[in-house]
Amino acid sequence: MTATLLRREPPETPADSGSRRLTERVFRIRESGIIVVLALFVAVTAGVQHRFVSETNIQFILVNTTIYALLALGETTVVISRNVDLSVGSVLGMSAYLSASLFGGHHGIPIPLVFAVGLGIGLGWGIVNGLLVAAGRVPSLVVTLATLYIIRGVDILIVGGGMVTANTLPGSFTGIPKATAAGIPDLAIAVAVVIAAGGYYLRSFRSGRELYAIGSNPEAARLAGLPIGKRVLFAFAVSGAIAGVAGVLWAAQYGTVDSTAGTSYELTVITAVVVGGVAIFGGSGSVAGAALGALLLSTINSALYVLGISDFWDQAIFGFLLILAISIDRIISVKLTEALRLRSTRRGT
Amino acid sequence: MERDRTAGPGAEAAASGVPGGQDSPDAGTAAGAPAEPGPVLVLEHAAKSFGAVQALVDGSIELYGGEAHALVGENGAGKSTLVKILAGVYQPDAGTLLVSSGEITLHNPAMAIAAGIAVIYQEPALFPDLTVAENMFIGRQPLTSGRRIDRRAMRAEAAAIFGRLGVQMDPARIARGLSIADQQVVEIGKAISLDARIIVMDEPTAALSAAEVDRLFDVVRALRAAGAAVLFISHRIEEIFAICQRVTVMRDGRQVLTRPLEGLTAGDLVRAMVGRDLSQQPAEAPGTPGEPLLNVERLTREGVFTDVSFTVRAGEIVALAGLVGSGRSEVARAVFGIDRYDAGTVTLLGHALRRGSPTTAMAAGLGFVPEDRRQQGLVMEMSVQQNVALASMGGLRRGGLIRAAAEHALAADWATRLRIKYGRLTDSVSLLSGGNQQKVVLAKWLARKPRLLIVDEPTRGIDVATKAEVHHLLSQLARDGVGILMISSELPEVLRVSDRILVMREGRLAAEYSRAEASEEGIMSAATGQLDRGSGQP
Repeated sequence: MTATLLRREPPETPADSGSRRLTERVFRIRESGIIVVLALFVAVTAGVQHRFVSETNIQFILVNTTIYALLALGETTVVISRNVDLSVGSVLGMSAYLSASLFGGHHGIPIPLVFAVGLGIGLGWGIVNGLLVAAGRVPSLVVTLATLYIIRGVDILIVGGGMVTANTLPGSFTGIPKATAAGIPDLAIAVAVVIAAGGYYLRSFRSGRELYAIGSNPEAARLAGLPIGKRVLFAFAVSGAIAGVAGVLWAAQYGTVDSTAGTSYELTVITAVVVGGVAIFGGSGSVAGAALGALLLSTINSALYVLGISDFWDQAIFGFLLILAISIDRIISVKLTEALRLRSTRRGT
Repeated sequence: MERDRTAGPGAEAAASGVPGGQDSPDAGTAAGAPAEPGPVLVLEHAAKSFGAVQALVDGSIELYGGEAHALVGENGAGKSTLVKILAGVYQPDAGTLLVSSGEITLHNPAMAIAAGIAVIYQEPALFPDLTVAENMFIGRQPLTSGRRIDRRAMRAEAAAIFGRLGVQMDPARIARGLSIADQQVVEIGKAISLDARIIVMDEPTAALSAAEVDRLFDVVRALRAAGAAVLFISHRIEEIFAICQRVTVMRDGRQVLTRPLEGLTAGDLVRAMVGRDLSQQPAEAPGTPGEPLLNVERLTREGVFTDVSFTVRAGEIVALAGLVGSGRSEVARAVFGIDRYDAGTVTLLGHALRRGSPTTAMAAGLGFVPEDRRQQGLVMEMSVQQNVALASMGGLRRGGLIRAAAEHALAADWATRLRIKYGRLTDSVSLLSGGNQQKVVLAKWLARKPRLLIVDEPTRGIDVATKAEVHHLLSQLARDGVGILMISSELPEVLRVSDRILVMREGRLAAEYSRAEASEEGIMSAATGQLDRGSGQP
């Protein structure tokens, strides 16, 4: 590199755009990798059991994915800023119960209002998380582990031994996950739009890119004068609000809500995010990848069910996928860094 | 033009005659005395303490547009603290800061940036996952209608800035993997894009090779010509005379001297820095090499270094010179087992070392003092004594537990021998100055009594006096029969300390010199490939 600094050449050279192409290619490979694994799973399962690719089952998988994919969107927003939100399962549980129980009292309550209540509950908890992390400077792992327990505890206090049952819910509410347009569940389309919007925001707006920057190098973000606290608070608020909305959807989908709703969802969501190629220490990854990760996990879940394999294998396969994803990311990152470094030092020699 | 500018700040001296307000005939600066551009930045009587440590007692500095102003002083003189105050990272306990817009208090780095102050750190902090252009424009990317980021405009602006600097850099590549020199270029580009009037460079040349330093100087000249003030911090006196017009010397947290450099000598500066005469260091007496200790045979790592063979004997200091990026550090890391290699052998005292195993290398008597002491040499959160004892745990254990008393005794012994300056041995090592931190790393390895010690840039960022101590220490070790492999970018250091000099270029050994044959010119031409080809091969 040394010699090149002295040379006055136009900044754009083949070697340079080469390193850009390399980076972009790697990321495309990373996301198409999930699609390949997904396609393999679908093909093999369908070969054994045709029922798997029936319209009903595909609809079932898509609806099942929506909640995880939504949660993955919120979680990705938090993870790219080098934080983690473990409280999403508990938030979902509380929002599911409280929003569904609204119908018990007032059967005619408008459904958008129910969603607004769910969103409000989630937003509230998200802000609590965000304030503790951003203003209290407590690591998010600890903060959200604490709120995971606290929210679940409060939920249990409220619910007691009771539950909301499907027959107390209006048909217009429980019908939401069942509606389809041209064979595709409306819900899946809506969630896909929300995720696309989220991805667009993170990619194309200053505050979105700043989340990546904060996760990529927090110290540099501080020196660059980025509003770290504000952005991190925002990420947690988004994650909380999304978990709140997901809770309402959960109630609509399952109908029966007790105090265990959404238990350990956070683990599945983080798995989806990491399998989807979002770096667990922040700075890189996309919501599209995370959503694909969620789709892959629910497809596997459904495939095992259709094949008549015990649920226990689910967990083992998720674990295996996680290790595979982390190993691949690690190898890619090492190779990529080396390749980029060589381009920096060898350039022009 | 630049000469005229020098007169601007130098006008401090001239100012005595000017205040009356008669028009100065002095060209270039154009204005008469009333309009005579005042300083763009004045920091007066700044003080800052951390706990009981008074890092800055009375820091003052005055910068004029169009000047490169040197800030020098030993490690611990308060330079870094002063820089961090200007950067808005530290808030001073006392003192005032004036910029062109008036008195200002910097509560955070964003305010410093807004005030037109940009700081280029020795090791820039970039966002490795973002592109070069985003690194420059983060938080203020050009927008399209609808407040979306206009990537194309952003890249074009970045490319235009690099073009003005005459630097080859792709704005669309991610920052991961950029060399330190390239990272600095990105930071400088950022400062330009911010239209910073005050650019602080904190030891920018410490990690650069000679050619990269020349390139940086061109950039500094371009910045000055554009009217910016550059505050240039360096331990290399010759660089200061090469690029700066005025100098401020600090000692023990105080400003002790501010003057135009013209008429000053290197000796004057050093005297002001240390507050006493420092006799020109004589070359260290050469040792008498004994048996071969380390044998490296045809070591190759694809794309990094090729066919590197050399021997280090007992009591011998062998320097590995070459440009940054020529593969010096990589060879050293491979020898010690940190990095893998594809072919070749490493033998120590006739025993082949296993590839990729620092543990075996250490057991065989190899020590490694890495280039980056903060990241790789020290555990910054741990105490001085814990750091010293870190590599000697085996001998301090009883029943699986570390004996604190033994640890303390070991650390106290080495701290005395190396004359480490510390408060208490139980203090965090991060409280020590750079030079003393480096001594702690050395102590850590010396406590293991290595047969062969690899030192990578042993005196980077260390003040003159401590540097001399480290050099003396290395020679002492060699006289005691330890073999030393030293990597250094500073040619005077290489020439003063080493018995034999190996020069690397593009991953290969390009030349070998004994101390008697070696000269700065010879080494540089071998390192840059200007050596008559064919005759330089060892």
